[in-house]
Amino acid sequence: MSFESIMVVSAILFCIGLYGSLARRNVLAVLMSIELMFNAVNVTLVAMAKYLAPAALQDDISSVLTGQVFAVFIITVAAAEIALGLGIVFAMYRTNESVDLSEATALRN
Amino acid sequence: MLFQDVTFWILSVMAIGGALGVVMVPDLFRAALLLIVVFIAVAGFFILLSAEFLAVVQVLIYVGAIAILIIFAVMLTRDVQHGNLPNRMQMPAAVLAALLFAALVAVAVDTQWEFLPAEQQERVDLVQTSAVTTLTGDVLTEAGITSPEEQAEVQNAGLADLLISDYVLPFEAVSVLLLAALIGALVLVRPNPGTGRG
Repeated sequence: MSFESIMVVSAILFCIGLYGSLARRNVLAVLMSIELMFNAVNVTLVAMAKYLAPAALQDDISSVLTGQVFAVFIITVAAAEIALGLGIVFAMYRTNESVDLSEATALRN
Repeated sequence: MLFQDVTFWILSVMAIGGALGVVMVPDLFRAALLLIVVFIAVAGFFILLSAEFLAVVQVLIYVGAIAILIIFAVMLTRDVQHGNLPNRMQMPAAVLAALLFAALVAVAVDTQWEFLPAEQQERVDLVQTSAVTTLTGDVLTEAGITSPEEQAEVQNAGLADLLISDYVLPFEAVSVLLLAALIGALVLVRPNPGTGRG
């Protein structure tokens, strides 16, 4: 389990999420793909926290936890994002009777 | 080490296979279930990377809350028979994702990473694990940390201490963000009093 292999796995996860968020028509599938990207970023942050030496390592040993702190923040923001996102999905379903993004054209032109 | 490698590759196959399923499977409900597989595999990665607290948080928040919310949304919107169709952007999106992947791999392999010195690795693992366990003096002495000051330093380093000391401002900001998001979600799904429609 080398550092590079973890980076490559999380890059694969991120790119699958990117493809899914751009190429799907269902808004829930897009939200799920965005969650995939969040997870890939979290894995990257935690792997860097474990393997790489932070600049402040000599002064303060707790600086090796910085990556994990940022992962906690990302998880919180992801929870806020999914709550709002699903609220928007329900509002959209109420007005459009559909969660298909190609039919969400109310703001076009 | 071998056990870690085998676990890592099993988790990688789980995560990548699940992620491919999320974007490929036509049935949206199954895609949501495969998303849970990805979340659990990522929790396994966190344990391998000595971030046990994050693994617990991952299972509680992602599997317990976010995945369940998404499954509820899938069932409430009753668009399941429509399925998980691709749009016209499929080819450009695939090309863009492949290009980004090539760039990311090139960066990950080419960069001269400043790795932790090997003699620090065990200490760092202990500090990162100290978020979930109370380290006793015996464990630290075994790991080569003998002086009382160093032991106190490792024992006092923890995720919670960082969150309420160095990162207290982002911590408070993110709590306000969460509150605002929850109120916003409530306002969005509230029945509209003007039209009387649900």
